[in-house]
Amino acid sequence: MAQRLAGATQRALGATLMKPTTRDWLRRNLFSNAFSSVTTLALLAAALWWLPGLIDWLLLQAVFRPDAAACEAVHHAGACWGVVAEKYRVILFGRYPYEQQWRPLLATVLLLSVILASGLRLLPRNALLAAWTLALPGFLLLMGGGWFGLGRVGSDQWGGLPLTLLLATLGMLLALPLALLVALGRLSGLPLLRGLCTLYVELVRGVPLISVLFLASFLFPIILPQGYSIDVLLRVQAGIVLFAAAYLSETIRGGLQGVPAGQHDAAAALGLGRWQALRWIILPQALRAVVPSMMNSAVSIFKDTSLVTVVSMYELTGALSLALAGDAEWRSFHLEGYLFIGLIYWIGCYSMSRFSRGLERADGIPRAAA
Amino acid sequence: MLLAAALVAALWWLLDVTAANMAERGIRSGFDFLREPAGFAIGESLLPFDSTDSALWALAAGLANTLRVALPAILASTLLGTLIGLGRLSPNLLLRGLCAGYVETLRNVPLLLQLLAWYFVVTDLLPLASEALQVAPHVFLSKSGLAIPWLGGDAGVFDLPLRGEMNIVGGATLTPEFLALFLGLSLYTAAYVAETVRAGIQALPRGQSDAALALGLTRVQLFRLVLLPQALRSIIPPLTNQHLSLTKNASLAVAIGYPDLVSVANTTLNQTGRAAECIALIMAVYLILSLLTAWLSAWLERRSGRWAQRS
Repeated sequence: MAQRLAGATQRALGATLMKPTTRDWLRRNLFSNAFSSVTTLALLAAALWWLPGLIDWLLLQAVFRPDAAACEAVHHAGACWGVVAEKYRVILFGRYPYEQQWRPLLATVLLLSVILASGLRLLPRNALLAAWTLALPGFLLLMGGGWFGLGRVGSDQWGGLPLTLLLATLGMLLALPLALLVALGRLSGLPLLRGLCTLYVELVRGVPLISVLFLASFLFPIILPQGYSIDVLLRVQAGIVLFAAAYLSETIRGGLQGVPAGQHDAAAALGLGRWQALRWIILPQALRAVVPSMMNSAVSIFKDTSLVTVVSMYELTGALSLALAGDAEWRSFHLEGYLFIGLIYWIGCYSMSRFSRGLERADGIPRAAA
Repeated sequence: MLLAAALVAALWWLLDVTAANMAERGIRSGFDFLREPAGFAIGESLLPFDSTDSALWALAAGLANTLRVALPAILASTLLGTLIGLGRLSPNLLLRGLCAGYVETLRNVPLLLQLLAWYFVVTDLLPLASEALQVAPHVFLSKSGLAIPWLGGDAGVFDLPLRGEMNIVGGATLTPEFLALFLGLSLYTAAYVAETVRAGIQALPRGQSDAALALGLTRVQLFRLVLLPQALRSIIPPLTNQHLSLTKNASLAVAIGYPDLVSVANTTLNQTGRAAECIALIMAVYLILSLLTAWLSAWLERRSGRWAQRS
C-alpha cells in the first residue's frame, strides 16, 4: 500500500516536473541569452532556406539510373547518382580485369572483416593472430593469382578500394615495428644510433609526403643493385611505411618516456635484464598508453594513401579520375563521384576516430589477462 | 664502433651501386642544370618569369607561389578555426552541433579529394566569364577565377573589375587553381585549428570560467580577457604545427596544376632527369621552412608567456 502510494506520488511529481524540464532544456540549450536566441533563430532560418534545396538536389530531383541523357536533362538541379551506378566497378576496383573482379571484392571483404574483428574484439587473441596471418597472404594471393587456376594479375592492374585498404593496412602494420625500433634508438645510450634515429625522424617529419613518394618512385630504382627491380606498388608502400614510421615513432617515444622511472628500477630490482624489462614491464605500459594516438596516425595514413594518385597509381581517388576523366558523357558529374568516395573515406576515418575516442573514455585498453 | 663501421660500409656500398647505375643509364648528376634555361612556362607567378629564365629562378618562383597561397590560407584557417573552436564550446546546442559537424566532416575526408572537388566546382560548375556571378560590388566569380579590385590602374588608386563584352576586364584575377587550393587548405586546416583551440581552452580549470562569470563578466569578455590569454600558451605550439602542415600540404598543388615549389620541381625533374637533385631541393627547402617555423613558434611562445603574465 505504502509502496503503491509512493509510486503514485512519484508519478504525479514526475508529471508536474515534466513540462518545466522540456522548457528548461530549451532555455538552457537554445535560448540561454539574447545572443544565443538570435543564433538559434538565424540557424533555423538558414536551415529552412537551404535544406529544401539540398534535399531536392540530393534526393528528390536526383537521377539514380545510369542514364547520362536523363542526368543532362536536369541540368545539375538534381544530383546524378547514375554516375555511381554506371561506374562503380571502375571506381571500386580500378583497372582490374572486369570478369575477375570477384577476386578484389572477396579480398576486400576478407581484410575488412579481420580489421573489424580486431576492432570489435570478436575473436580471442590467438585466433586474431591466426586470422591476420591468414588474411594478409590470402589477400595478396587472391589479388595476384597464379595458383589454383587463378590467372596472374600484375600489381600494376590493382586499384580502387582494395589498393587503398592494402596501402593503409600494410602501411600501419609495417610502420609499427620500425617505429618501435626508431623510438628505442632515440632513447638509446649510443650517441651515433641516437643521432641517426633523430635525423631520420626530423628529416621525414619536416618534408611533405609527396616528396617521399617521389623519392620512392624515382630514386629507389637508382639505388638498387643492377638486375634487381621492385614494382611500383612495393616502392610506394615502402615510401608510406617510412613516412608513417617517423610520426608513429614520436608517439611511441612519448609513451616510453611516460613510463615512471620506478618501473625501470623495480624491474631491475627483480633481476630482469634490460630486454626482459622492456618486453614484460615497459613496453606493455608504454604501448597501451598511446593506442589512441596511434589510431589517429592510422586515420592519417588512411587519408594519405590518396596521395599515391600523384605517382600514377589507381587507388580509390585515382580510380575515380580513371573512371570519369576520359569519358565525355559522364565527366561533368565528377562532384557526385567525389561525394561517393568521400563517403567511403569518411566512414573509414570516422569509425576509426570513434573507436579511438571509445578507448580513451574507457581509459583504454583491456588490462592484461594476468 | 661496430655500428659506425657497418654504417660506413653500407653507405659506401650504396654510393657504389648508385654510381654504377647512373653510369649505366647515362644519368648525369650535379646542380649545373639550375643555371640553364628552364625551358617551360609557369601558369602564374609573383616573380616575373619566362621560359628562358634559369631553372633556379623557376624554383624560386615556385617557392614564392607556395608562400603566396600558404600565408593567406594560414591566416584564414586560423581565424575560421578559432571561431569554430569557440563555437564548439557555445552553450547553444545548434551552434555547437554545426561546428562539431564541420570538424567531423572536413577532418575525415582526404585533403586531396577536397582539393579536387573544389577545383572541379570552380572550373566546371561556375558560370562562364561572360555570365560571371557578382558576389560583391566589383567582385566577380566565374570559371576563369575571382576578379577583385587591386591597386593601380588608370582611373585612380584602385583598378576595379568591370563586366566587358565577353570577359571581366580590369582588377586582378585569382586563378581557379589558386582559389581551389586556397579554399581547400583553409577549410581543411580550420577543422584542425578548431580542435586545437577547443582542447587548449578545455584544458583550463573550470574554476576560471566560473570565477569570471561570478565576477559578472560577459561570455565575450570571459573568452577575450580570461580564457584565450591563458589558453594561448598551450595552443601556440600545436597551432604552429598546423600551420607547418598546411605549408607542407600546399604541395598537393601538383594535383590541380597550381605551380607551387613541388610542381615546378616535378616539371624540372621531368625535363632534366635530375631526380635526386630535384627531390633533395624540395626536401631542403621544406626542412628550412620547418626550422624557421619551429624558431618562430618558440619566439611566439616566449612572447605569449610574457603577455599572459602582464595581463
